Amino acid sequence: MDLSFTPAEEEFRDEARTWLAENVPAEPLASMDTPDGFEEHREWEHLLFDAGWAVVSWPERFGGREASLVEWLVFEEEYWASGAPGRVSSNGVSLLAPTIFDFGTPEQQDRFLRPMARGDEIWAQGWSEPDAGSDLAGIKTKAQRDGEYFVIDGQKTWCSRGAFADWFFCLVRTDPDSERHAGLSYLLVPADTEGLEARAIGRLDGEPGFAELFFDGARVHERYLLGGEGEGWAVAMATTGSERGLNLRAPGRFMAAADRLVGLYQELADSRGSDLDRRNQVVSAWMGAQAYRWQTYATEARLRGGAPIGSEASFMKVLWSELDVELHATALRLLGRDGERADSSWMDGYVFALSGPIYAGTNEIQRNIISERVLGLPRR
Amino acid sequence: MDFSFSDDQVMFQEAVRDLLANECPPEVVRSAWENDTGRTDGLWGALAEMGVVGMTAPESAGGLGMDETDLVLLLEEAGRAALPEPLLEHTAVGIPTLAEAGGPIAEAWLEQAVAGEATLGAGADGGYAVGAATCDLVLLIGDQVRAVPVAGASLVEHQSVDWSRRLFEVDGEEVVLDADPGLAFDRAAGAAAAQCVGVAQYLLDATVEYVAQRYQFGKPVGSYQAVKHHLANAALKIEFARPTARHAAWCIAAGDPDRSRDVSLAKALASEAVDLAARTALQCHGAIGYTFEYDLHLWMKRGWALSAAWGDAAWHRNRIAAALGI
Repeated sequence: MDLSFTPAEEEFRDEARTWLAENVPAEPLASMDTPDGFEEHREWEHLLFDAGWAVVSWPERFGGREASLVEWLVFEEEYWASGAPGRVSSNGVSLLAPTIFDFGTPEQQDRFLRPMARGDEIWAQGWSEPDAGSDLAGIKTKAQRDGEYFVIDGQKTWCSRGAFADWFFCLVRTDPDSERHAGLSYLLVPADTEGLEARAIGRLDGEPGFAELFFDGARVHERYLLGGEGEGWAVAMATTGSERGLNLRAPGRFMAAADRLVGLYQELADSRGSDLDRRNQVVSAWMGAQAYRWQTYATEARLRGGAPIGSEASFMKVLWSELDVELHATALRLLGRDGERADSSWMDGYVFALSGPIYAGTNEIQRNIISERVLGLPRR
Repeated sequence: MDFSFSDDQVMFQEAVRDLLANECPPEVVRSAWENDTGRTDGLWGALAEMGVVGMTAPESAGGLGMDETDLVLLLEEAGRAALPEPLLEHTAVGIPTLAEAGGPIAEAWLEQAVAGEATLGAGADGGYAVGAATCDLVLLIGDQVRAVPVAGASLVEHQSVDWSRRLFEVDGEEVVLDADPGLAFDRAAGAAAAQCVGVAQYLLDATVEYVAQRYQFGKPVGSYQAVKHHLANAALKIEFARPTARHAAWCIAAGDPDRSRDVSLAKALASEAVDLAARTALQCHGAIGYTFEYDLHLWMKRGWALSAAWGDAAWHRNRIAAALGI
């Protein structure tokens, strides 16, 4: 055990910090959930990619620098501490790419990974349906074989940035007689496919950040089938917690937010005096981010020793999503009567954080997974 | 950055776990509740034979030259077994502090302590030294570290909710050690954090086992979502406290500049984890857990005691706030 960073890791940190300090936009970009902001964020992804920072842990031939998982975590710490923009390509990079690495053919890897990493093709997830949310196996959208094509009919919903995305990764039912987890397939669908319409839905913040997808005879070639036909469930679940990205939200993001919260308390304490109750809430948020950090480095060591991440990813999802809500709620309490002002980044962050315990499997589902698959409690 | 334990460290942990599984079952813990000393017959000797008791001393003094990163897994095991022996006071605090101080007092006591022939106690200045009556030398940790030989000292005893923890106020002829009191305190708080994690893990494991075989309405009570989510919440607290306790051990061993802040992080989270695990264990056991005959309370009460010892969660939060400048 050595919990200090090696000279090589420190050098990597310095290099990342230096590049970010010189390149992070001085003014925040417009929200990535608006048409203009989406394109601004796409430009930022190009800049990151061309400098080799978009996907540091990926192989070089796909635009990465083969960084270790520790280095990726270090990069994330520096990235969020620098105040850099949110990652508009993260759904593809974090949720789809691990599956392409594990199940994609060499042709699919060559076709999709670099454009995804550069933001040339930005991906949105098409999993949820009006009647299949937490109970994802209730998917009804059909994709019927027609020679080399699949013909898709049905509806997907809650696709983040689906109104702007270039591609969708979808779970669809390719065996019309199947039920539940059987008979599903993982299909990659171009946004400009005829018979596919994406309609924006206003999110809680009023921005058109969600979309519904309507499929009406949309034809997708079989080369866009990821993994085996009918094996979509196993393909989707095998990499829900992946060694290549560890998960959707690295600790650095919350460490940076906790540090900003400490700064906010200090700033307000100068004018309003100290407040032990609120101060302790700030300390709790800072502690949560630190605990997540050390738990993640411990997990990295376990993975390096050959253990799978498996269901324990649910611990991380519950922790970061609830930490994010508490952290922003604490900031709003610190701001007092100014908390409701819509021009504060804390309110934007709070509204966004509130989605965390819902998306990617609600925290109730995560707690079921923890109790049944980690603790081994009986399912019924 | 490498958060893995070596094969030797893991083997040492497994050996201690096996020893305690065989030699420290609940009836042995109970015997320490009822007897005159609050300790067991022979377990300390067995641990001395394995090298555990003196492991933190330099090899020149007969120890194993090991540090907090070697000890932390054993402290978790001690918590898991509710071991009523002074691993925290003697091995985690007493021996390294005496070794650090050197001088005549170390010459007089260190080798005997490493061999398990003399027992070291420790307590916060103005607080209690657990099991002092069975010790030979007690370290009182405050603005200074003061060593008080128990022979000739006056001891005032108080009863703990955990009957194996005999609490003593110690007053006697003292020697001020040339040792860093902040470091000695952090060693104690860090060790208490690791023990809290072990106690909490036992409480969780025992409750998972119980609710899987207790039937109501024709189903195991552990199949009900309300029970599942209680246990998932306790598991979450433990999952995120454990790495901070291990990190704190490394900070102590490595002399990290943020040592005190990060020991406080560990102790605050570990105290909260064991508090929640104890509440959850009792609630999910129902009435059987509320009895004196059933063994669960041995761990619950150890948890309550360790949660409050060496700074409770609120105390450590305050210390973190000070370190953050707020």
